[in-house]
Amino acid sequence: MYDFAFHRPASIRKAASLAADEDAKLLAGGQTLLPTMKQRLAAPEALIDLSGIEGLTGIAMKGRTLHVGAMSRHAEVAESPVVREAIPALAALAGGIGDPHVRNLGTLGGSIANNDPAADYPAACLGLGATIATNKRRIPADDFFTGMFETALQDGEIITKVLFPVPRRAGYAKFANPASRYALVGVFVSKRSRQVRVAVTGAGPGVFRATDMEEALSKRFAARSLDGVSVPAGDLNDDIHASADYRAHLVGVMAKRAVDAA
Amino acid sequence: MSETGIGARVRRKEDRRFVTGAGNYTDDVNIAGQAHAVFRRSEHAHAAVKSVDASAALALPGVLGVFTGDDLAADEVGALPAGWMIHSKDGSPMNAPGHPCLVQGKARYVGDPVAVVIAETQAQARAGAEALEVDYEELDAVIDLTETQSSSVLLHDDAPKNTCYEWELGDKAATEAAFAKAHHVTRLSLTNNRLVPNAMEPRAALADYDAGTGSYTLYTTSQNPHVARLVMSAFLNVAPEHKLRVIAPDVGGGFGSKIYVYPEEVVCTWASKKVGRAVKWTADRTESFITDAHGRDHATDAQLAMDERGRILGFRVRTTANLGAYPSLFATCVPTYLYATLLSGQYDIPAIYAEVDAVYTNTVPVDAYRGAGRPEATFVVERIVEVAAREMGIDPATFRKRNFVKKFPHQTPVIMTYDAGDYAASLNRACDLIDYKGFNRRRRDSARNGKLRGIGFSNYIEACGIAPSAAVGSLGAGVGLWESAEVRVNPTGNVEVLTGSHSHGQGHETTFAQLVAERLGIGIDQVEIVHGDTDKVQFGMGTYGSRSGAVGMSAIAKALDKVEAKAKKIAAHLLEAAEGDIEFKDGTFSVTGTDKSISFPEVSLSAYVAHKFPTSEIEPGLKEGAFYDPSNFTFPAGCHICEVEIDPATGVTDIVNWVAVDDFGVVVNPMIVEGQVHGGIAQGVGQALLENAVYDSSGQLLTASYMDYCMPRADDLPDFTVDTTVTPCPSNPLGIKGCGEAGAIAAPAAVINAITDALGHEEIAMPATPQAVWRAAQVAAREAAE
Repeated sequence: MYDFAFHRPASIRKAASLAADEDAKLLAGGQTLLPTMKQRLAAPEALIDLSGIEGLTGIAMKGRTLHVGAMSRHAEVAESPVVREAIPALAALAGGIGDPHVRNLGTLGGSIANNDPAADYPAACLGLGATIATNKRRIPADDFFTGMFETALQDGEIITKVLFPVPRRAGYAKFANPASRYALVGVFVSKRSRQVRVAVTGAGPGVFRATDMEEALSKRFAARSLDGVSVPAGDLNDDIHASADYRAHLVGVMAKRAVDAA
Repeated sequence: MSETGIGARVRRKEDRRFVTGAGNYTDDVNIAGQAHAVFRRSEHAHAAVKSVDASAALALPGVLGVFTGDDLAADEVGALPAGWMIHSKDGSPMNAPGHPCLVQGKARYVGDPVAVVIAETQAQARAGAEALEVDYEELDAVIDLTETQSSSVLLHDDAPKNTCYEWELGDKAATEAAFAKAHHVTRLSLTNNRLVPNAMEPRAALADYDAGTGSYTLYTTSQNPHVARLVMSAFLNVAPEHKLRVIAPDVGGGFGSKIYVYPEEVVCTWASKKVGRAVKWTADRTESFITDAHGRDHATDAQLAMDERGRILGFRVRTTANLGAYPSLFATCVPTYLYATLLSGQYDIPAIYAEVDAVYTNTVPVDAYRGAGRPEATFVVERIVEVAAREMGIDPATFRKRNFVKKFPHQTPVIMTYDAGDYAASLNRACDLIDYKGFNRRRRDSARNGKLRGIGFSNYIEACGIAPSAAVGSLGAGVGLWESAEVRVNPTGNVEVLTGSHSHGQGHETTFAQLVAERLGIGIDQVEIVHGDTDKVQFGMGTYGSRSGAVGMSAIAKALDKVEAKAKKIAAHLLEAAEGDIEFKDGTFSVTGTDKSISFPEVSLSAYVAHKFPTSEIEPGLKEGAFYDPSNFTFPAGCHICEVEIDPATGVTDIVNWVAVDDFGVVVNPMIVEGQVHGGIAQGVGQALLENAVYDSSGQLLTASYMDYCMPRADDLPDFTVDTTVTPCPSNPLGIKGCGEAGAIAAPAAVINAITDALGHEEIAMPATPQAVWRAAQVAAREAAE
C-alpha cells in the first residue's frame, strides 16, 4: 500500500467537496478498494471515509418503497426485519455476499458504486427496478449501471440511499464461483403488478436484463415458462472459471431457481 | 492404557498457545535494529536479465543495500542443489542445474528473484524494489509439460530437451509378456493437476550476523532446520555449520513446502553480514503462490492387463513429471522413488514397468507436497483398477479383493517389500460402514430427485517412515534418513526430550510426551518436547513423509531404553539389590519378590547427587541419546469410499458420504490421527474438485490469489466417518506406520471414481469442477442416447 491522506468528513457537503479531487477516492466498506490498494493496483492520494456521515444509514419503509441507506452493511440488510418483511429476496441476497467479515463491513452503496460485474447487489437493484439516490439527483437502476466497473455517477457524486419498490414476488439464485464466492452467475427476478424483471450478474461484462426471459415470465410467472428461453452465449464472459456457453446454460438454470424461490 | 499413554485421546498440549495467539512464529520474532528485505521478482517467465540499475533505489530514504546474483557470485555463494541423484535409462546422471538464489544470467519463471533491496522498513524496501530498473530481454517460454521436450525453447544449456532424466523401473520384458497373454487390457490417460501448497503461515526468514563471534542465527519457517543448515553450509557456502544456528520456531503448516531451502533465507543470512544488520523477510500471499514449491503436475498413460477372471497380470505406466524451472531439493525423487515404487498398490501384480521423464518448464519449481508421489501413484492405480473392474463387469470391491496382496512379507516388482497389512479387513469394514449393499437403493432415491449418485473406492498404500539410510542411499539420496533423540532427565524427575523431528501442526509436543510419560511413569506435563533449534538438538532429519511417529518416536524409544537401563543400575545400588532383580513399572523401581521400591524421581535425583553409587562404575547424571535408523519403510494402507450426488443441471458435485478405514499400525493418539485424516481428505478433495494452478501460455500464474485458486472450505466437505484397523508395523519398536498423508493420498481417486460412477463416463480431469462435470454429463447423456 502506498501512502495516502485520510479524511473523515462529517457531512455529505464536505465529502463531496473533498471528492472533487480526482486523485481522491470515497471509502465506504472498503472491501474492494482496500485489498486493491494493498496490492498496489490502486493508489489514491486520499481516502474520504464516509462512515462519519449521519444520514447515510438507516432502513425504513416509506409507503410501498423500501429505503436503504447507502452505508448499510450487508449484514444489517440481511438481518433487518424490515427488509425481511418487505423483500425477503433482498435480505437473502445480502446474507449471501462474501463471508461474515465482508458482510460486516461491505456496504450497499459501495457495492453498486463499484459495480463489479460479478457483484450481487447490482442484480437486486436492476431486478427490482430500484432508484439510486445521490447528493445530486435520483437515478433509475436502468440508467445507473453503464458497464464493467462503470456507473452513471459523476465526480463528487455520492450515493445516499437506494429506493426499492416492493414487488409482489422476488427471488435470487446465485451460482457462486467456488474460489471467490462472487457470482459466476446470479439471477434476480421480480414481479410487480404487471412488470417482470430479470437481472443477470456475473455472466457478462456487467449486470444486464434478460428481456426474453422477462417476456416469457410476463405471460406466466413460473419456472416452466423459461423452458427453451436462453441468453446468447456470445455476449457472456469466457475465462478460466467458466466458458460462455456454460454461463449461458447457468443463467437458464438460475433463472428458474430464482422464480421457484420467489 | 493410562489416561495419557499410547492410544489415549490426549488433548493437544500446544493448542492453548496456538488458539490464544501466544504462538511464536518466525514473523513474531524481532531483533533490535533489524532491517527488512523485499525481493524484486521476474515478471517474465523466461528472460535474460541484461542489467539491474539500482541507482534510483539506492537514493531512496532508508535503503541500505541492493544486491543481485553478481554479488552472491562474488562471495561464492552457491546455487540451490537437487538432493537426490537419479540416473536415466541409459545410465547417464540426471541434468540438474542449480538454482541461483538471485538470478544469474536469466530468469526462468515468474517470481524468480532478480534482486533484493534491504531497507530500514518494509515499506522503504518495497519502494526500493519498485525503483529498480531491470533491463530484460524477453525470451519465449515453455509452460506445458507435454510440449517442453520437443520445444525450441531451452531453459538450461546443460539440460537438453528440457529433460532432467528419462528413468525406468521394473521389468520391461516380463511386462510385455504379461500383456501378450492378457484377456483384457484397460487403458487410461490421466492428468495429476498442479497444486499450490498454501500453508497458513507464509514463509519467512530473520537472519542475524554476530560480528563478535562471526556466527549467524537464522529464524526460518522450516520443517527440517538441520537439513537447512547442512545445505546452506555444505552447498551454498553461506557459513560453516558450527557458525550457523538455524531455529524453526512455531511453524504454521508446511505440507512439504517448507522442507526445501529457498533463495530468500539464504539471501537474508548472507545479507545480514553485508549490511551489518539483522534482515527480516516475510512472504505475502502472492509471493507464496509464485515461489513456494508447487505439487503434483503429472501426465500419465497407463495400461493394466488382466486374465479372464480379472486377475491382474501386468501394469505399464508412462509418466511425464513437471519439475518447473529448476530441480528443487527433493524434486527428483518424488516422481521416481516416491511414485513408481508404489505402483503395485495393494495388489499382487506379477510384472510392472514404469517410465518417468522429468522435465523443465518456465514455471515455479515443483517438489514434494503432502503425499509426494504417492497420491500420484494411488490416483493412477486406483483409477485404472476401478475402470478395469467396470469394463470387465466385476464389482469393484470384488475385483480389488481378488487381486489383494494376502501374504506378508510381499516383494513387489518395484523395489518395495510390504511388511504387514490386511487389505481385505479395511475394505470390508469400510463397505459395512458406508452400507455398500444399500447403495443401489440410495442411487434410486437420488434419481427420483433428479440427481446422479455414484460411489468410488480408493484402496491406497503408501511408503512412509522414510527410510533405511542404506536403502535410500542406494537409490540416490544425498543424505541418510534416520532420526535422533536425546532424553534429559532433570534431578527432580521431569524430562526434556530433544528431537530431530519438527512439529508444524502435527502435535508432537503431545504425542511424543505420551510415549515418554508412559514409559517413565510420570505425568505428561512433566515432559517437555524440544525441537527446531540446531543449537539445542544436535542433528535431525526433520518432518515429512509421515516419518515422525515411526522414525522420530522410535529414536526417543531407543533413548528411553538407555535411560531405563542406567536408572536401573542406580536403583539397584539404592535398593541394595542385584541389577537383574530390578523391575521398572509405572514409574517405580522395585526388587523382584520383595516390597522394596523407589520412585523414578528419587532415582533421577540420586543420579545427580551421586552419593550412593560408585561413580567409577556409573557416571553421574541421567541423559541418553540415540540415533534410530529404520529397517524398512512403513506401509500404511487403507480403504476410503466416497459417495457423491451430482446435480446434472449445474454439474455441482456434493460429497454426501465418506468412509475412511485406515491401517496406521499402532495409533498413539486417535484424536490427532483423526485430525490428520480429516485434513488430508480435505486437501485430497481440494485436488479432486477445487484446486488447480493455471498458467497462461506466457507463463503468468492466473490463479495466484484466493479469488482464483480455490481452497477447500468447511462447506465443501461432508462429515467423515473414520475408523482404523490395526496390523502393527514390524519394522519399528513402536509398531507405528504413520498417518500424516493418507487422506491426501487416498481422496482424489475416491472422488473421481465416485463421479465417473455417477456419470457412467470415465473421462474427467481433476479438478472436477461443476463445468467439467456438467460437460461430462452431457457427453455421457449423448453417448447413452446413441
